[in-house]
Amino acid sequence: MSNRWPVSRRPIPMNSSIMLLVLLGVPLIGSVVLAFTGDRKFAPEINIAGSAATFAAGLGLAVEVYLQGPMLAGSKFFFVDAFNVYLAVLTSFVSMTTAIFSRRYMRSEREHGRVGHRRMRFYHAMFQLFIFAMLLCLLTNNVGVLWIAMELATLSTVLLVSLYRTPTAIEAAWKYFILCGVGIAQALFGTVLLYFAAEKVLGEGGEALLWTNLNGVSGSLEPTVLSLAFVFLMVGYGTKVGLVPLHNWLPDAHSEGPTPISAVLSGLLLNIALYALVRCKVLVDGSTHTHHAGDIMMGFGILSILAAAFSLLRQKDIKRMFSYSSIEHMGIATFAFGLGGPIATFGALLHMLVHSLAKSAIFFTVGHASQMHRTQEMEKIKGLFRGNPLVGWGLMFGVLAIVGMPPFGIFTSEFLILTATIKDAPLWTPLLLLGLGVAFAALLRRLQPMVSGEVPPNQQPMKVAHVPVMLHMTLVLIIGLYIPAFLNQWFHTAAELLK
Amino acid sequence: MSVIPYLIELLQVIILLALAPAFIGWVRMLKCWMQGRSSAGLFQPYRDLSKLFAKDVVLAENASWIFRFTPYLVFGTAVLAGGIIPILSVDLPLAPTADVIVIVALFAIARFFTALAGMDIGTAFGGMGSSREMMIASLAEPAMLMAIFTVSLTNKSTSLSQIVHVIYSGQTLLRPSLAFAFLAFVLIALAETGRIPVDNPATHLELTMVHEAMILEYSGRHLALVEWASMMKLFLFVMLGIAAYAPWGIAARGSFTAVPLALAFMIFKLGAVGVGIVLIETGLAKMRLFRLTEFLGAAFLLATLGMLSFFILD
Amino acid sequence: MDLQTAAQINSFLAALVLLTAFGMLVQKRIYGLIHLFAWQGLFLSMNTAIVGFVADKHHLYISSVLTLSLKVVLLPYILHVLIHRLKIHKEVETVVNIPMTMLIGIALVIFSYHLTAPVRELSTLITRSTLAIAMATVMIGLLMMITRKHAVTQIIGFLALENGLFFAATSATYGMPLVVELGVALDVLIAAFIFGIFFFHIHTTFDSLDVEQMARLKEADSDE
Repeated sequence: MSNRWPVSRRPIPMNSSIMLLVLLGVPLIGSVVLAFTGDRKFAPEINIAGSAATFAAGLGLAVEVYLQGPMLAGSKFFFVDAFNVYLAVLTSFVSMTTAIFSRRYMRSEREHGRVGHRRMRFYHAMFQLFIFAMLLCLLTNNVGVLWIAMELATLSTVLLVSLYRTPTAIEAAWKYFILCGVGIAQALFGTVLLYFAAEKVLGEGGEALLWTNLNGVSGSLEPTVLSLAFVFLMVGYGTKVGLVPLHNWLPDAHSEGPTPISAVLSGLLLNIALYALVRCKVLVDGSTHTHHAGDIMMGFGILSILAAAFSLLRQKDIKRMFSYSSIEHMGIATFAFGLGGPIATFGALLHMLVHSLAKSAIFFTVGHASQMHRTQEMEKIKGLFRGNPLVGWGLMFGVLAIVGMPPFGIFTSEFLILTATIKDAPLWTPLLLLGLGVAFAALLRRLQPMVSGEVPPNQQPMKVAHVPVMLHMTLVLIIGLYIPAFLNQWFHTAAELLK
Repeated sequence: MSVIPYLIELLQVIILLALAPAFIGWVRMLKCWMQGRSSAGLFQPYRDLSKLFAKDVVLAENASWIFRFTPYLVFGTAVLAGGIIPILSVDLPLAPTADVIVIVALFAIARFFTALAGMDIGTAFGGMGSSREMMIASLAEPAMLMAIFTVSLTNKSTSLSQIVHVIYSGQTLLRPSLAFAFLAFVLIALAETGRIPVDNPATHLELTMVHEAMILEYSGRHLALVEWASMMKLFLFVMLGIAAYAPWGIAARGSFTAVPLALAFMIFKLGAVGVGIVLIETGLAKMRLFRLTEFLGAAFLLATLGMLSFFILD
Repeated sequence: MDLQTAAQINSFLAALVLLTAFGMLVQKRIYGLIHLFAWQGLFLSMNTAIVGFVADKHHLYISSVLTLSLKVVLLPYILHVLIHRLKIHKEVETVVNIPMTMLIGIALVIFSYHLTAPVRELSTLITRSTLAIAMATVMIGLLMMITRKHAVTQIIGFLALENGLFFAATSATYGMPLVVELGVALDVLIAAFIFGIFFFHIHTTFDSLDVEQMARLKEADSDE
């Protein structure tokens, strides 16, 4: 079970290393550049250009991996396989569309005086730094550096959440900082324990922390130590995924910052934390040969689904509501990864993809909707169809997608996961259905008054970013109707690797 | 059947009786020096005691037998405890029964009767002193026992002579458990003997008194005995600490010739401890009564940590 | 220095680290907290240096110097400056009273001893017995964050937690590889700057650093 990683031994082709360099270098350099020029007129354009370049590099790397299989680079420091390159492409894509959205959105915020010069510079610089941290997290082979990048990603967004400097924003950022900091400290302890177990087999030094090495020898790592390590890693990275009961920071942090940040936090960072968790789970499974780690993940997943679904019924703030929806969907993905098996893993990977796209699209529309009404309370947002059809229809399709209505992609992934649950863990099925059902009802109930009805007097017209929303929703729809062959193949490969 | 242990025993008791006032005198002298006053001399406690012995006893009308009996009891327990704690040598006839728990129990009896005597007459201050003393005791006792247990865990016995013996033969130089237990013991000793920061022995304000309040009504030879006993209590606590944590110099089993050397060591250590006590007393202020929970809680905490680190680290 | 003496010194320093952790738990004055934190960092770096010397791992010297400069000099200095600028003089309020906190701390020490038992059995290092102490320091840092109501003490609790983790790394595995240690140190430094900035924001917005003030999101939220 441990040596199923056919890592390519031939010399690394030049273009892959270049693409890797671009992928990581552009955001980093962009961050530095924007730190100085972030408040100029063309700053958002630089942001978009940088993200586009990153995306192109990501695509190129993905094609390489698709054609030639997993590869190591940078003297084993980087490892690219189907699982993380797919997430890297997703991350760079959503960052690009968010950058496009951010252009219109932040301009409006600037005009209303909510953000000043220095803060714009800070915002742009941190945005790119955040992308860098996420990509580093995905592509590194070293479990320790994974941790460092995760922490860096958290730190770069903490001050962004409190960008508006209102009491609630500062409180949200503080909670985010403290709770995620504590969580990630637990993950560090888990990493130390992992290193402890690895040292015995692989010797000291950086080699013992490389995931490829660890995976190769996972059969000979001490099961007791790895189980203990997994508990800490679960608590640590699970906090960042937003699993209940460690989720307290999430609704606050995702609802208080500027909407582009909410979009990338909900859409991307949660995925990356889940990625880290799954990588660790593979190691633990290889060592203990029991379903223990998977069971823990399933338990946390179901708990998150149910708790989030019921919380959805009581929300009044629109962004908060959708943050709880993120918790629920991450719970579904965690549950599916915990369940294991080809169908469930395929479903989970697909779910990560479509949830990212749909949730960020929702946040785009929600951002504009709240800008139009100058409030985030759902009671006060009305008449979106009449007021701004793009926002109205975008929101409606987004919500329909996120509750799992066919023909959108989430229906496919949830269906797959449900099938796998019925097959492998039938007793959990009613709970899963309950959660999905409650979320369905809760979200649709809220959607109706917001999109229909008369336009309220205080609604302001505005120029919205068309492209991101339409692009995302189209993709979700396409994937729901027909999964392209390469995507199918991609997921299968990834699912294989995660067994 | 050697008579030497008995001689050593007798010698110890005599030294206890004779030197306890001198130790108090030394502490008071140092305190005066630190505070820039001129002291009354090393032998002033002796003069105080002889003055008190010469005076008449004034008894309240409603004093019961407890009131009259307590000074003798307190004095007796102090002397008995002095016979158990290895001051000069571990070679004592009472050594087999000499247990730290016995010592704690002896002091507890003394405290119990003093508290009763304080309430006996029915004055307000007496009762107040008794209740305060009991509160401190209830917090200090567990901590004291915990500190003692830590030492006995390390040395695998609760007999003091055995403890000293083991410390001599072993390499217990830097054991964290003993370090913790020692710190705890210092705090508890301050509480039990009524020194600052727990209780100010030199106070004349009744509302701030703890120990003094209980013995307010005593006079004449009763007061002399009680005072002498409290001097001996301080002396004995210091000796206990030295025996448990720094016993080098105490004569080992069966050697009579080491006793004078032990005496010299003892005097030297007493001097050093006196300096320590005075530094603590001058540096700290007396704590308010309700802060004592934290103080003694900290002592308990340290003692427990000592015990835990024995299991964890040693 | 032979192995036995080194192990004893190691245990002794570990005990001192635990003592400072408890000291921070019960300390009420903010300056006292910072001083105790500095002492903890000092004991930690001394311990790392000794382990590096005995086990012949030179990268531990670098870690030791890093800890020294970061946690004994830089962070306490930053905290001092912050407290001075923000004019924080009050004592710290606690949620649970001090003796209770101490008892919970003791319980946590026992718990972490049990928790790290499997690792201790497998380890062959001279520092294996201190893993329980390191875990206990982490938990006490966590306890400090939970039972305090002041933003500065929450941060100091967080830093104490990091200290414990660093100590755990040294106890279990003679320290992580250097690149990881450097990365962690970098993260801690960035975190330090961020919380420094935070304090100013909090102080400007709430006019105090009492975290009880920051409970609005709880109420504004629909009965969370």
